[in-house]
Amino acid sequence: MAIQERRIIYKHVDEPGYTADIDCYLRNGGYEVLKKALQAKPEDLCKEVFDSGLTGRGGAGFPTGMKWKFLDRKSGKPIYLVCNADESEPGTFKDRQIIYQDPHQLIEGMAISAYAIQAKQAFIYIRGEFINGARILETAIEEARAKGFIGEDICGSGYSCDIVVHRGAGAYICGEETGLIESLEGKRGYPRIKPPYFPAVLGLYQCPTIVNNVETLSQVKHIIEMGGTEFAKIGVKGDTGTHIFGVSGHVQRPGYYEIEAGSATFGELLYDLCGGPLPGRKFKALIPGGSSTKILRFGERFTGKHPNTGEPFDWGVEDIPLDAISLRACGTFLGTGGSIVMDDSTDMMEVIANLMAFYGHESCGQCTPCREGSLWLNKMTTRMTCGHARPEDVDLMKNIADQIEGRTICAHGEAVAWPVQSHYNKFKDEYLDKIAHQGDGRGRYNPNGYPLI
Amino acid sequence: MSENGQPKLVTINIDGKDFEVPDGMNLVDACESVGVEVPHYCYHPHLSVSGNCRMCLVEMGMPMRDRATGEPIMDDDTGKQKIGWMPKPAIACASKATPGVHIKTQSDLTKSCREGVMEFLLVNHPLDCPICDQAGECRLQEFATDYGRGFSRYVEEKNVKPKRTVLGPRVTLDDERCILCSRCVRFCSEIDKNPVLGFTERGSHNTLTCYPGTQLDSNYSLNTVDICPVGALTSTDFRFKMRVWFLKPTKSICTESSAGVNTEVWSREGKLYRVTPRRNDEVNDTWMTDSGRMLYKLVEAEDRMQRFRIDGQVASLGNAVLRARELIQLGSVAYVASGHLSVEEQAMFGKLVAKEPGSVTFVSHAEEGDGRLITNDRTPNVRGGLVTGLINELPVAQLDQLRAQLEAGEVATIVSYGEDLVAAGIPADLLKKANVVYLGTHRNATTDLARVLLPTLTVFEKTGTFINQQFRLQKFYQAVPGPAGLMPDVFVLDALLAECAGGAPCRPTLGQIWEHLNETVDILKDVNFSKIPETGLLLDGSAYADLPFCEGPGWHYEPKAELAAATANL
Repeated sequence: MAIQERRIIYKHVDEPGYTADIDCYLRNGGYEVLKKALQAKPEDLCKEVFDSGLTGRGGAGFPTGMKWKFLDRKSGKPIYLVCNADESEPGTFKDRQIIYQDPHQLIEGMAISAYAIQAKQAFIYIRGEFINGARILETAIEEARAKGFIGEDICGSGYSCDIVVHRGAGAYICGEETGLIESLEGKRGYPRIKPPYFPAVLGLYQCPTIVNNVETLSQVKHIIEMGGTEFAKIGVKGDTGTHIFGVSGHVQRPGYYEIEAGSATFGELLYDLCGGPLPGRKFKALIPGGSSTKILRFGERFTGKHPNTGEPFDWGVEDIPLDAISLRACGTFLGTGGSIVMDDSTDMMEVIANLMAFYGHESCGQCTPCREGSLWLNKMTTRMTCGHARPEDVDLMKNIADQIEGRTICAHGEAVAWPVQSHYNKFKDEYLDKIAHQGDGRGRYNPNGYPLI
Repeated sequence: MSENGQPKLVTINIDGKDFEVPDGMNLVDACESVGVEVPHYCYHPHLSVSGNCRMCLVEMGMPMRDRATGEPIMDDDTGKQKIGWMPKPAIACASKATPGVHIKTQSDLTKSCREGVMEFLLVNHPLDCPICDQAGECRLQEFATDYGRGFSRYVEEKNVKPKRTVLGPRVTLDDERCILCSRCVRFCSEIDKNPVLGFTERGSHNTLTCYPGTQLDSNYSLNTVDICPVGALTSTDFRFKMRVWFLKPTKSICTESSAGVNTEVWSREGKLYRVTPRRNDEVNDTWMTDSGRMLYKLVEAEDRMQRFRIDGQVASLGNAVLRARELIQLGSVAYVASGHLSVEEQAMFGKLVAKEPGSVTFVSHAEEGDGRLITNDRTPNVRGGLVTGLINELPVAQLDQLRAQLEAGEVATIVSYGEDLVAAGIPADLLKKANVVYLGTHRNATTDLARVLLPTLTVFEKTGTFINQQFRLQKFYQAVPGPAGLMPDVFVLDALLAECAGGAPCRPTLGQIWEHLNETVDILKDVNFSKIPETGLLLDGSAYADLPFCEGPGWHYEPKAELAAATANL
């Protein structure tokens, strides 16, 4: 096998005999990094994170150290740390493995991060449906508090910070950091307009707040353990560390794979680790990083100059390196790494209808384009899958998406628009062909078909 | 603000032209101030910015600077600083005027944004404007014409929401028209401090509603109707009574309290239909009370006085005035008035008092205010009485002194101008001992006892000025004619004065009354009545600063600061 996983975050995930309790964690060297970190100056820890080049693993990929630098420390207000555990993007299931199988890794990462930014209170905002996850985290927090790793006077350092688990009510938009903050404040989960104020300046309760993803905060532990500069050696320029790829769909071995950024290609991931397509099938399309990212079509070519090396590239989907920079060069995003694979049995019209059903349902309704556009797209694509598509619907669908993209408060507008735009660019022929053959049985009537995603 | 109190101006570029606007001004307002329209729904100058309607999307850019050195990056072709245009359109409502900011309000991208938003707003909105109560005042309708695509591409089933949802005693929601701009929600939480409104459901199914167990019943609830940019929130009182384009708006002042809320009175063919607030950021922003709006109903109230009467019998104005003069000239006359009179009426009344001397007392209408637009003084013009010299002291709550005089037989005639003497503490039996000449609009316990009744007009039926709690002189205009046979109060007073003086009535114009005020009242000597700004004219009230006015702090009641500013401006 040419490709090897490099498990850092997932080191103990699925490890036989490894449990979520603190004793198991301590037996495996748990909380030693926290003890070490508490002896360092907070600003030095922030510098390590900055030097590591870590980018947020929630999907947007913003540099974590930079986000921490934006903190308004002069305001005199309390600083809050919020862990975004509202993992809701279709195709994405990486954070829950950390929560379910190695919760103390997250808590240690949070304790270190909280100390680094000098937060006295931290929250884990967890998706409402993750009932067991919330229970596991609450148990783990109790254990950590009992051992003095969080709470008052952590490890005798004089530093105190507590962590509270807050269950959301099950809204995709509450995974957006400002929507999350509103929800955490007890309000309706509406994203806030920014600028003028970013959470690092005015966040939770109008105080400076850092919102980081579960995986991001877990990574902090490893950054401090190995040093920022050393961590930065993993991966590629602009995308350091490892990425967890949650592969779902039409592969033989779907699952989660932790891979050093840029160390392998999608082809290696899908064929070597995931076992390739199902018997007798061929890969047709790939959504690389969660359902909102732009779809790729097997067989298409991506050409250009690589931003990192300046070297010209000519790749098929299988050749794209597994890092954020390369994927961006191919016109899509790494996002959360939630890769959805579709083979040649897949009806792309049903795929887009499925996605629009989700995004239409999850639009919070704050901004006009997203509120009305996503439901319009939902209705339209549902109608199309029911055999009532019109040829002009294809262009109309794209035009509606264009009217949403970049015109909303939060990125949900892009999440609605990107799948439609990319489908239009890559599968327009298939759409038109299907519409042309609606009457002869190829335009299937399948409004309640099994969800493909 | 600069040192002299004037806003600092900055240069911004709109569609390629440079304009000077106040620093930090919201870009929607900044554009409007130079005659460029940026369409918007959710933005309101007196509410927080929510930025959700996306109608004000424009292209925006800033002069570029070198990140390392901070030096401007120049464009060799133009010799000017390069403009870094943002990759995405930005909402003008969440942006402020800063030096050098560039915006494009007419570019292809901006037009496409507006067209897109309009199309989205209309997909689930009923397209039945002729039956909407807000036809004629609907920004959706207007902007659809100005910025919309002109045709619909929507063939799906509309998402229909409920009609005629009662949100409160005075507000009805036609939910299917709501564009979820959240102005009403923000008004309730930010201005009214009564956060009963909110949205439920998600996406296109979003619905405006009251929190369970509450209703929109505050005295400010109808402001939500005013600020609703479409036909969703309607006034239950006004709903479907009249098309707004048939109505004539007249600038007026609310007489509910000394706040002097600026209003517009809407009428058609001599009939009043509604009262709405008029923007004056120094007085009432853009708000008014529900109770103030309902005052128009006094015009057609059953107890309205519409005939001159002598001893209960209908009489002509001439005979009524003649009889009043006879009673006044019996001597031992006492005058009772209030802050309900306009400045001009107070001036004319003052002339009468000067001709036939007697004590003048104002009756106080001090009640508990709401800390906002209902001040403790429930009359609009006590300060007018002071300024015109009609009174030198603040109004009294009860006419104890007059009562004592009556009991002692020292008063033969009382001229009451709009004040119910019984309610002011003079028992009806005692009042029968005097001759009462009553000027006013509505019947009360005193009118039943009056020897002469001289009906007058309501604020909606005449023109004049009030001086509010800030000593702000504000004009109001006649919206509708008074009842047949009645005439402006100043004409009645003029007729009475002429009768007393043995001359002929001259029916003075307001300009003539103001010439008199210019000559006799020092504070008003430079005031040109015809040039009083629509936002009012702040007078120097420092001479009265020590009087214990009953108003407490409320919206825009900052006497010391206002007086200081007024003094500085003179």
